[in-house]
Amino acid sequence: MATIDSKIPEGPISQKWTNYKAHQRLVNPANKRKLDIIVVGTGLAGASAAASLGEMGFHVLSFCIQDSPRRAHSIAAQGGINAAKNYQNDGDSVYRLFYDTVKGGDYRAREANVYRLAEVSANIIDQCVAQGVPFAREYGGLLANRSFGGVQVSRTFYAKGQTGQQLLLGAYSALMRQVHEGTVELYTRYEMQDIVMIDGRARGIIARNLVTGKLERFAAHAVVLATGGYGNTYFLSTNAMACNCSAAMAAYRHGAYFANPCYVQIHPTCIPVHGDKQSKLTLMSESLRNDGRIWVPKKLEDAKKLQRGEIKGRDIPEEDRDYYLERRYPAFGNLVPRDVASRAAKERCDKGFGVNNTGLAVFLDFSEAIQRLGKDRVAQRYGNLFDMYEEITDENPYENPMMIYPAIHYTMGGLWVDYELQTNIPGLFAIGECNFSDHGANRLGASALMQGLADGYFVLPYTIQNYLSDQITVPRFKTDRPEFDEAEKKVNAKLDHFMNIKGDESVDTIHKKLGRIMWEYVGMARNAEGLKTGIKKIDEIRDEFEHHLRVPGTKESLNVELDKANRLNDFITMGKLIAYDALSRNESCGGHFREEYQTEDGEAKRDDKNYFYVACWQYQGNDDTAPELSKEPLKYEAIEVKTRNYKS
Amino acid sequence: MANTISFKLRYWKQNGPKDPGHFDERDMKDIPTDTSFLEMLDILNEQLVEEGSEPFVFDHDCREGICGMCSLYINGTPHGKTEQGATTCQLYMRRFHDGEVITVEPWRSAAFPVIKDCMVDRSAFDKIQAAGGYISVRTGAPQDANAILISKEAADEAMDCATCIGCGACVAACKNGSAMLFISSKVSQFALLPQGRVEAKQRVKNMIAKMDELGFGNCTNTRACEAVCPKNETVANIARLNREFIKAKLSD
Repeated sequence: MATIDSKIPEGPISQKWTNYKAHQRLVNPANKRKLDIIVVGTGLAGASAAASLGEMGFHVLSFCIQDSPRRAHSIAAQGGINAAKNYQNDGDSVYRLFYDTVKGGDYRAREANVYRLAEVSANIIDQCVAQGVPFAREYGGLLANRSFGGVQVSRTFYAKGQTGQQLLLGAYSALMRQVHEGTVELYTRYEMQDIVMIDGRARGIIARNLVTGKLERFAAHAVVLATGGYGNTYFLSTNAMACNCSAAMAAYRHGAYFANPCYVQIHPTCIPVHGDKQSKLTLMSESLRNDGRIWVPKKLEDAKKLQRGEIKGRDIPEEDRDYYLERRYPAFGNLVPRDVASRAAKERCDKGFGVNNTGLAVFLDFSEAIQRLGKDRVAQRYGNLFDMYEEITDENPYENPMMIYPAIHYTMGGLWVDYELQTNIPGLFAIGECNFSDHGANRLGASALMQGLADGYFVLPYTIQNYLSDQITVPRFKTDRPEFDEAEKKVNAKLDHFMNIKGDESVDTIHKKLGRIMWEYVGMARNAEGLKTGIKKIDEIRDEFEHHLRVPGTKESLNVELDKANRLNDFITMGKLIAYDALSRNESCGGHFREEYQTEDGEAKRDDKNYFYVACWQYQGNDDTAPELSKEPLKYEAIEVKTRNYKS
Repeated sequence: MANTISFKLRYWKQNGPKDPGHFDERDMKDIPTDTSFLEMLDILNEQLVEEGSEPFVFDHDCREGICGMCSLYINGTPHGKTEQGATTCQLYMRRFHDGEVITVEPWRSAAFPVIKDCMVDRSAFDKIQAAGGYISVRTGAPQDANAILISKEAADEAMDCATCIGCGACVAACKNGSAMLFISSKVSQFALLPQGRVEAKQRVKNMIAKMDELGFGNCTNTRACEAVCPKNETVANIARLNREFIKAKLSD
């Protein structure tokens, strides 16, 4: 087993980042112009990194698969962004945000990274306000805040229910400003196919021009992946349709560690699944749990009537409602962390208390808030979410409680990175959801935006210089080198292979089957037996893909089915990786719940003695061979590791 | 259980900007009314692929009405008709009737050339944005966020303007192919905020100049843009844009 060096700086936790910055190597302005950096992805992390690096003077090549950088799926984040500003005078601090995030992550995050995240959180808000992000304000003109799950302070900044949109448009504006300045070259509708390695370092990429179908070569001194998470492995998720894990899988196949793949976040408040034609699940922001109360009927017969459509939620009297989160977790109530809320919903539905025709939904009820605040105030806070809900479900949430159910939302696992956000491949960096480091086994609400922007604006632009400082004498690479020939040949062969299977099933048909297997065996509650079955079934999906896939059209033109086939190929590998990790982690923590490891009252049971580590998986030459596990032991200096308690 | 409808679908096929293009037709049977319009098109594509044909190409991504990628002209209206405005991906089949003919076309505008079928090239919007749609602030350590006081009214109004998703429905609906609603939303957001005032004059001039250069038309106040905007941006933004533009020009 390899030793894993996380490069955490010396010193007390509150001084590590300051010390790092004071002693790191820098690149002078004249040399920055000579260094090329490829940034793949233009979400919050990618756009903010590309903009900041360009502004510093580096030559940046920015890639996205959509028609514009502004479409990246960060745009869909609704609720808000956390920052330790303590504007509400409720006792918040950098330490408290750090502590809440580590605890929320069920003590599986890397302490030093999280502390740094909390430290720079306040700068993010300053930066975004300076860019003109229209955060919500109070009447006196100061910034407003709200509260999110897993915390007892109000530290979440928001822009209606469209915070992700506004932050992304801020980063996109900064990016387009650099495009205008000529420091960033923008490549839209391009998808990275592989990383090009020269002498053991990441030195470029092969990308497919999605309009012409041609493969193109790009060289650089460093490559940054900001390509998001792998939630679409499950087919149905809150991710956008094109979100994929192919760039991360390319890195993995080159030997990059993939860390903690089993930590998948299942978001408690999504609109329930309605049928087999469904293409995605829609999230209802966690902010709704500020005022909405979650319940199911106390009596099984009431649940049965709801399932048969004989009565509606509002027909059930107050005394017959079970506000199960308030009952089980009095201290945090409806604002427990996502993993806890999701499992509690599943528990009630498994016992038969589900409230829709499939029995897989619980109520999120605003009647008490409407009484307390009036319909107008509720509409002001959540109006756009209520409208969206009504459009999708044809039900009016002002009159009848919303129905919600957990869905795959975010992936805490990702490419392993050290303190500098560099993978174990020199010159290859991973930022945002694409890496693993800050959220441990469960991410708190409004922390994804914080981490994406922290990485992109405030961390990577510093740490990457520590790598680039000794690269200033390395001349720009030409793309006619044999390494590029070889990489392009490999990609071509792979795409030819997909074209030539000429089977009888569409990509989506096979992807849906994979999704169902993932949800059933590698989903919200897992066990060893099920995971073993899951792995076998994923192998069968691989077989089906290899023999039944049909991709119409040609390789040398726009071909959306080929794009999807390429992504599905990687989702299958990813799915198995998730299952392997879940099987090897014999404990329950955060988003990873193993049925064998729970307390008597159904809470997750961690095993700190044996599993207090980051699981780092390494590729073994082909997609069918089981990956090899290495461990990065976690060392906690500032926080005492305890059992999470949201009850008192 | 779910209701279903059957209808005839006419959808635009065009192999690149030079191809004249044509409609293909298909009878869609027993489509659940709970499916979204794009899920209905997924069903179409599933059928096409299984028959060995190439799928119908259209842009889409988030499928929750916020990324601005989806862009279909449905029965003569960008994004199709809903009461309060919604993107194509938020249009549900329950809005249609059994036996209806549903016609799907791309955004048609000189500034948005067709790439394939209903996928069009909207990179002109990025170019306008690059011309001035930002506040020139460096990454680093600006002043404390609460050092800039902004009235709730101004912040809320700026937020409403900033809600624009850049889908291009306004351009598609405009007989002149004007991008004024798009530009005015960005200009308004910054014009309403103190941070944006410093560069206001240059911003409005640069964005308008870029719009003209890229082949968008002018505004003749037909308000077709406002009627189809999925995010309910209003022509009040265009009025503000015009004021900002005149102010900038007068001070030249």
